[in-house]
Amino acid sequence: MIAEIGLAALWLAAGLCALQFIAGVLGVREAGADGAVHPVSALARPAAVVQGLLLLVAFACLLRVFAVTDLSVSLVADNSHVDKPFIYRLAAAWGNHEGSMLLWVTILGLAGGLVALFERRMDDRFMKAVLAAQAFIALGFLAFLLFSSNPFARLNPPADFGAGLNPLLQDIGLAFHPPTLYLGYVGLSVAFSFVVAGLVTRQAGPELARVMRPWVLAAWVALTLGIAAGSYWAYYELGWGGWWFWDPVENASLMPWLAATALLHSVSVLAARDALRTWTIMLGVVAFSMSMVGTFLVRSGILTSVHAFAVDPERGAFILGLLAIYVGGGFGLFALRAGALAEGKRFALVSREGALVFNNVMLSGILAVVLLGTLYPLAAEALGTRVSIGPPYYNPVSAIFAVPMLLVLLVGPLLRWKRDSLSRIAVPLAIVGALLAASVTVLLLFTDAGVLPILGLAIAVALALASWLPLRGRKLKRVPLALWGSMLAHFGVAVSLAGMASETAFSIERLVAVEAGESVAVGPYQVTLQEVDPVAGPNWTALEGRLAITGGGVDTVLRPQARYFTDPPQSTSESALLTRWDGQFYAILGDAAGEGRWQLRLWWKPFVTLIWYGALLIALGGLLSIFGHLRASARSRRIREEVARRRAEKALL
Amino acid sequence: MTPFPLLAAAMLSLSAPIAGPAAGQMTSSAPLANTQLADPQQEASAQALMEELRCLTCQSQSIADSNAPMAGDMRHQVRSRIAAGESPEQVRAWLVERYGDYVTYRPGLDSATWPLFALPVLFLLVAGVILFRRLGRRGE
Repeated sequence: MIAEIGLAALWLAAGLCALQFIAGVLGVREAGADGAVHPVSALARPAAVVQGLLLLVAFACLLRVFAVTDLSVSLVADNSHVDKPFIYRLAAAWGNHEGSMLLWVTILGLAGGLVALFERRMDDRFMKAVLAAQAFIALGFLAFLLFSSNPFARLNPPADFGAGLNPLLQDIGLAFHPPTLYLGYVGLSVAFSFVVAGLVTRQAGPELARVMRPWVLAAWVALTLGIAAGSYWAYYELGWGGWWFWDPVENASLMPWLAATALLHSVSVLAARDALRTWTIMLGVVAFSMSMVGTFLVRSGILTSVHAFAVDPERGAFILGLLAIYVGGGFGLFALRAGALAEGKRFALVSREGALVFNNVMLSGILAVVLLGTLYPLAAEALGTRVSIGPPYYNPVSAIFAVPMLLVLLVGPLLRWKRDSLSRIAVPLAIVGALLAASVTVLLLFTDAGVLPILGLAIAVALALASWLPLRGRKLKRVPLALWGSMLAHFGVAVSLAGMASETAFSIERLVAVEAGESVAVGPYQVTLQEVDPVAGPNWTALEGRLAITGGGVDTVLRPQARYFTDPPQSTSESALLTRWDGQFYAILGDAAGEGRWQLRLWWKPFVTLIWYGALLIALGGLLSIFGHLRASARSRRIREEVARRRAEKALL
Repeated sequence: MTPFPLLAAAMLSLSAPIAGPAAGQMTSSAPLANTQLADPQQEASAQALMEELRCLTCQSQSIADSNAPMAGDMRHQVRSRIAAGESPEQVRAWLVERYGDYVTYRPGLDSATWPLFALPVLFLLVAGVILFRRLGRRGE
C-alpha cells in the first residue's frame, strides 16, 4: 500500500510538473505580447510548491518501505536485508540507482518549491521563465524515474530475506555523501534555470547575479562537503590510504565543483560591478552541464565502479538523451541570445575583476583537462584502443593551470575594483613574495620532496597569511560577513593544499609480516602486534588485530579488522586510525602469512587531516557568505520599503 | 556494436568483489607481493612504479592499492625486476608490451594518445587568447 501511495505521488508530481511548465511558458509569452497575463500562468508557483510536497511524500514512502524492509518491493529485496542495522536500512533507500534518482528529483522539487515560495526580488515574467525551466528539467527526470527506474515496482512473490547492500556502502559516510552531492547538483540546476530566464527575458544584469548567488553558493558548499566526505570515505573505507585517485567517478563530482567555483566568482563580479555578463551566463550553463555529465557518467553505468549499481543500456541511453536535450538546449539558447547581451562594464588589467577573470580562465582550464582525461578513455575504447589516465597525467597537467591561479589568488583579493596599481599594494606583495620564496628555499634545502609538493606547501604557507590581508586597514567590527566568508574559504584552500602536499611528500609506509609479540617502527611510533582474534558483528564476522602503538607521546591500542559479509558474500578491510594533531597513523590487517605471521600495512601520514579540515573551512566560508549576502539583501529591501512608505506618506500630506 | 562498449565488461566485473578483499586464498602468494625490498631506494622506486600501474582485474585501482591475486603477482614482478637491477621504465615497458597501454596510468605519447597532450596545449592557447582579449587591450 505504501509503495502504491509513493508511486501515485510520483505520477501526480509529474502531472503538476507538466502544468507548471505550461503555466510558466504561457506567463512568459502572454505578458510579453500586450501586458495581459494568461490566467493559467498564475498556477506556476502553487504547482511548484505542491509538486515539491508530493515528491517529499514519495520519498517518505520509499524510506518507509526500506525502514520496515518490505520485501514485496523489488528495490528493497535487491538492496536490503532483514538483518541490517536500522540506519543502514534507511541509507540503503538511496544507496541504489532508483532510490538515488528519486532523492535527486525530490531535492529538485523542494528547491523548485522554495524558489516559488520565497523569491520575490525579480519581476513576474522572469519568475515564470525560471519556473518553466525548473519544470522542464524536473519533467525529464520524472519521466526517467517513471518509465525506466521505478523505485516502487512490486515483486511477486516477495523475497524471503533480501539480497543486502554492498558492505562497502554500509557506512555512515555513505549515508551523507550522495544527499550532499545531489544538493550541489540541484543547486546548480536552479542557477541554470535563472540563467535560462535571464536569456529568455534578456535580463542579465546585477539583479540576476544577486538572485542566483545564494543558490550557486549553496550548491558549491554542498559539492565541497560532498567531495570531502567521498574522499574521506574512500580514504578510510577502501583501505589503501589514498584520498584522491582521479577516478572517473571522483572527477564526475570535481568537474561541477570547478565550474561552480568559477561561476560563484564570476557572479560576484556581475553583482558588484555589472561586468562579465556573457561570461557569467555561459558559466551557468557550463556548471549545470557538468552536473548533468556527472550524473550521466555515474548513473548510466558507463563507468564501472562501486557507483555503477545500474548496468542497463536502456537507462544509459535515456540519461544520454536527457543530457543532450538539456546541455544542447542550454548552449543553443546561449548561442541564440548571448550576442544580444551587452557585455557590461569594463575594467583594467590590474583590478579585482582582472584577477577574477584570470582565476575563472584557469579554473576553466583545469576543468577542460579533467573533462578530457575522464572522457578520453571512453572515446579511445569506442575506437578500439584502451588507455588508462591517472595521477601521473592529471597532477602535472592540471598544475599548469592551478599553480598560476593560486599565485594570483595570493594578491587578487587585495586589489580594488575597476582599476588599481601594484605599487599601491607593494608592501603586502613583498611580504607574501618573501614568504613564498623563503618556504621554497627551506623545503628545497631540508627535504627531498618533489616539485609539486614543494610548490603546494610553499603556496599554502603564503596563502595562509595572504588570505587574511584584506583585513589590512579595515575596522574589524565593520568587516562584512561575506568578506569574512571569502577570507575563511581562501584560508581553507591553504589548509587543504598543505594537507595534500604534506601527505604526498612525507608519508611513510611499512609492509610487514609479523607474529604476535613482534614490533616494527613506523615514523614516530613503535607498533606491536599483540594478537589476532575472531569477532562478530550484526551481519559480518571478522578477524581483528590488536596493535599496541607506543612512542611520540602515545600509548594506545588500534584494532584493524578484515571483515567477511555474507549477504552478499564479500570481504572488506576495516582500517584503524590514530588521529594526532600532526597527522594520522593508519593500519590495515592483511592475510595470514604462514607460521603464525600476519601481514600488516602501516602508514604514518603527516598532516593528512588538514585536507578535510580545509574543506570544512571552505564550506564554512561559503555558508558565511550566503548569510552575509542574504542579510545585506534583506536590509536593503527594508530600507527601500521604508523609503517607499515615507514617500507615500508625504504624497498623502 | 552496442552504444556502450563498456557495459558488457561492467556486467562481468560487477559480480566480482569490488574493493581488495582480505580473504585468505583470494590474494597472491608470490613472495614479493607484500614484502618490501631490503634496499630502501629500490623499494621507493618500485613503490612509485606500482602506484602508476593499473590492477587489470579491479576497478580503478593501482596494483599498489589492490589485494587482488593478479595485482600481487604483478607487484612481485615489479619488485623482483627492480631488485635485479632493471630501471622502472624498463619494467614499465615490459609490462606495457605484455598487457598493452591500458596497464599504465601514465599514458605515453603515441598515435592513440597524442590528443591527450595536444589538447591541453590548445587549452593553454585558448586561455591566453581569452585573457589577452579581455585584459590585454584595456590595460591602460
